[in-house]
Amino acid sequence: MEILEAILITIVTASTPLLLAALGELVVERSGVLNLGVEGMMIMGAVCAFAVSLTTGNPYLGLVAGMLGGVVMSILFGFLTLTLVSNQVATGLALTLLGLGLSGMVGEGFVGTPGVKLAPLPIPGLVELPVIGRALFGQDPLFYLSVVLTIGTTWFLFKSRAGLIVRAVGENHGSAHALGYSVIKVRYLAVMFGGLCAGLAGAYLSLVYTSLWIENMTAGRGWIALALVVFASWLPKRLIIGAYLFGTVSILQFHAQGAGIGIPSQLLSALPYLATILALVFISRNRAVARANTPACLGLAFVPDR
Amino acid sequence: MRKLFAAAAALALGLAAGAAQAADKVKIGFVYVGPIGDHGWSYQHDHGRLAIEKAFGDKVETSYVENVSEGPDAERVIEKLARSGNDLIFTTSFGFMNPTLKVAKRYPKVKFEHATGYKRSKNVSTYAARFYEGRYVIGQIAAKMSKTKTVGYIASFPIPEVVRGINAFLLGAQSIDPDMKIKVIWVNSWFDPGKEADAAKALIDQGADIITQHTDSPAALQVAEERGVFAFGQASDMIKFGPKSQLTAIVDDWSEYYVNRVQALLDGKWESTDTWGGFAEKMVVMAPYTNIPADVADMAKKTAAAIESGELHPFKGPIFKQDGSQAIKEGEILDAGTLLGMNWYVKGVDDKLPQ
Repeated sequence: MEILEAILITIVTASTPLLLAALGELVVERSGVLNLGVEGMMIMGAVCAFAVSLTTGNPYLGLVAGMLGGVVMSILFGFLTLTLVSNQVATGLALTLLGLGLSGMVGEGFVGTPGVKLAPLPIPGLVELPVIGRALFGQDPLFYLSVVLTIGTTWFLFKSRAGLIVRAVGENHGSAHALGYSVIKVRYLAVMFGGLCAGLAGAYLSLVYTSLWIENMTAGRGWIALALVVFASWLPKRLIIGAYLFGTVSILQFHAQGAGIGIPSQLLSALPYLATILALVFISRNRAVARANTPACLGLAFVPDR
Repeated sequence: MRKLFAAAAALALGLAAGAAQAADKVKIGFVYVGPIGDHGWSYQHDHGRLAIEKAFGDKVETSYVENVSEGPDAERVIEKLARSGNDLIFTTSFGFMNPTLKVAKRYPKVKFEHATGYKRSKNVSTYAARFYEGRYVIGQIAAKMSKTKTVGYIASFPIPEVVRGINAFLLGAQSIDPDMKIKVIWVNSWFDPGKEADAAKALIDQGADIITQHTDSPAALQVAEERGVFAFGQASDMIKFGPKSQLTAIVDDWSEYYVNRVQALLDGKWESTDTWGGFAEKMVVMAPYTNIPADVADMAKKTAAAIESGELHPFKGPIFKQDGSQAIKEGEILDAGTLLGMNWYVKGVDDKLPQ
């Protein structure tokens, strides 16, 4: 029982940053913008969160800084792709390069210094539940936030008027524009939300996952988040399945290795990717649903003609 | 992706390196595979570079290019350094071997030093460190300190260097307590703090009460500190990340070797050589022994001294392989070729070696 509880707790830690980053990107893509710079925004979030929490001693200020770091990067992306109408793919890639380089420079003085850990915030009563108690109710605030954000995003996108506008802009920006909605403004807001979530995901890495700063510490998680969005066919509830499946298999394969079962470790390392892709392809096998959920204007530039 | 970044970084830094030139100084260039901020492998090589600057002051001028990926990019970066007038170039990762040799052929007057490789030429030397000597010592410490008799080992890739480390560790541990067990988790990455932390948690959850690693970040040590188990630092002294958990660390120290090689160059005595240094050459150094009783620390110091003097060799027979066959008879020592190509586990490893 104890080991099961321990495994559950680790799974939650491994999945939360993926879910956070992917959730932001999902909203961005729903508005019709493809931002490949998730990794870059994430790493900036990580370094800003680490630097501020270490200098002030307050991890919550660090969280705010992490979000700001992500948002500033996303505004830069928005300015280039929305205002100056540059190519979204190239700009997104450049944003990742910029983030990786810039974070290395900002964080230079913080390498080799242990950071401040964001303390868990157990929910009284519920945390004492057997097995799942500590995994679900004894976690850090960011985990609760990720759950709330996922539910909130689902509600926002599919039940609220503002969400409908976001989807309309992503579906057909010409029509949305003709109806009088400001496509650019909606997309700016979506992109900034994406930056905020990526920043949070980064902050999670440097404040909760491992409280330290090292260059490139995101190690490709931004790219996994991007892939999750596509495989989840732009639906937040599937994103939860994808992120947690990925986290679960990653952790279980470590336990399998530790227990000494004779499966080659290279295969085990590839398992999270395989399992997640297979599962999401399986649940998205209804092609009509998948097509209906793909934002039709994804990645297309919008220039309003008056 | 990574390559693109490395190329951009390499270009920028290469230009910077090219711009700042002084005519009469001896110029020394470095190529790093990771960021110097990795607090591990590249970080320690950069320490060596700084040691050169400190030792020779105005007589030398050093420059470096970091984040160079092991591939076609490397050749371009090395060539750039050679062309911009460097007299001695250190290429500090295994994958730079062939690019280094190619460039060395085109620039016969420039001297090259390649870390961890096995191909040499007239103007290319190789050097590597016998980290396994340190692993034997920490294996002994682990056997003294462990209560569950189970050690968790976080490994990167199944290459001989890593396998040799696991074997040396276990042989050290078994020399104290033949019942010592070792659990291995391969994270298939040199560097992913999140994965390293997850692997450490999994190992501790499965009953390991000592964690050691052959990956580059201090994340595992930090987990050990949180969970209240012991661990060893890797590549550099990581005591700040585990003030209550780090027992010692195997520190890579390239300073003395680098300073000696530059001295040889200045004296006009540089020759192509092959160096595989350990405790005796001060390439492998143990960080201060912390959180352990005095008698264990004494034992560790004695073992290290015995290895340094040559009295003790970690791979001295009898040694049995995992499948029970005998690798070497009593009293004999495994030769360098076997050590460098090691692809089998010794008896007692609770893992199947990925092939």
